[in-house]
Amino acid sequence: MSDAALKPVVAVAVFPGSNDDRDALHALELLGADARAVWHEGETLPRETAAVVLPGGFSFGDYLRCGAIARFSPVMRAVAAFAADGGLVLGICNGFQILTEAGLLPGALRPNASLSFVCRDVTLRVERTDTPFMSRCDATQELTIPVKHGEGCWFADADLLAELEEAGQLVLRYAPGENPNGAVADVAGVSNADGNVFGLMPHPEHAVDALLGSTDGALILGSLVDAARLSAAAAV
Amino acid sequence: MRATVLVRPKPGILDPQGQAVSTSLRHLGFDVAETRVGRVIDVDLATEDRDAARGELERMCEQLLTNPLIESYEIAFPDA
Repeated sequence: MSDAALKPVVAVAVFPGSNDDRDALHALELLGADARAVWHEGETLPRETAAVVLPGGFSFGDYLRCGAIARFSPVMRAVAAFAADGGLVLGICNGFQILTEAGLLPGALRPNASLSFVCRDVTLRVERTDTPFMSRCDATQELTIPVKHGEGCWFADADLLAELEEAGQLVLRYAPGENPNGAVADVAGVSNADGNVFGLMPHPEHAVDALLGSTDGALILGSLVDAARLSAAAAV
Repeated sequence: MRATVLVRPKPGILDPQGQAVSTSLRHLGFDVAETRVGRVIDVDLATEDRDAARGELERMCEQLLTNPLIESYEIAFPDA
């Protein structure tokens, strides 16, 4: 087996104002990936890229709307092409916002209903495990992972919500009473129709070391590394 | 020519900023049923052709200035 299959290349896009890129790189390395930072001005992803992570932060100062400017960065053309080809793309927090603005994920993220920045552990409910981002989780498992955002209130109108529910794209929800931002239907994470693009507001990269509390984030990022490894092996 | 783009949260979209403003106004004694907070973007365009400007502004709104899922917009020309 080649190195790429043993240690799949996961590209972490870095935008001006990203601030969780290093945590994401560290967590992915810890979980067995060959994690590589990719500056947003790059037009291409590293050869052998098996998955892409868009990290948290405040890309372009969150000006206009969160993610609205970053979605036009050159690297996003490469990410969109990668996703269209079935490539695995994970957006965390600001990365989730960028993916919704780019139209790669459904819905939009609005200011928290409380208008307050929220930074705390939340309990999450895994709605399905047959996705590349949740395969290490048990069905109906509860995860404890921190959120830290001012604009995480996911919105979809009633028609879109019903459509996503029906299609099983509402992959991750805040447990009852845990919704930190007013998101409709307690949605914490949503996937695209094909299931290869996933975004979530909680930060799995901050929950991979017992020293910092929960290690539940490793279940999500570890699932992604597993899927990336399979995809890298298939490409060899 | 100068143009103004008014961006509003669509009806039915939760607007916590607007709610905070109306609560504050009520504390000041104003009888306010609701306020909603949007955004004003002034644009100075190279063209002096109103129709061309409108077309360009609509494309700007669709591509960047608004998120059509949650926001509506209105274009005005203040010098007209």
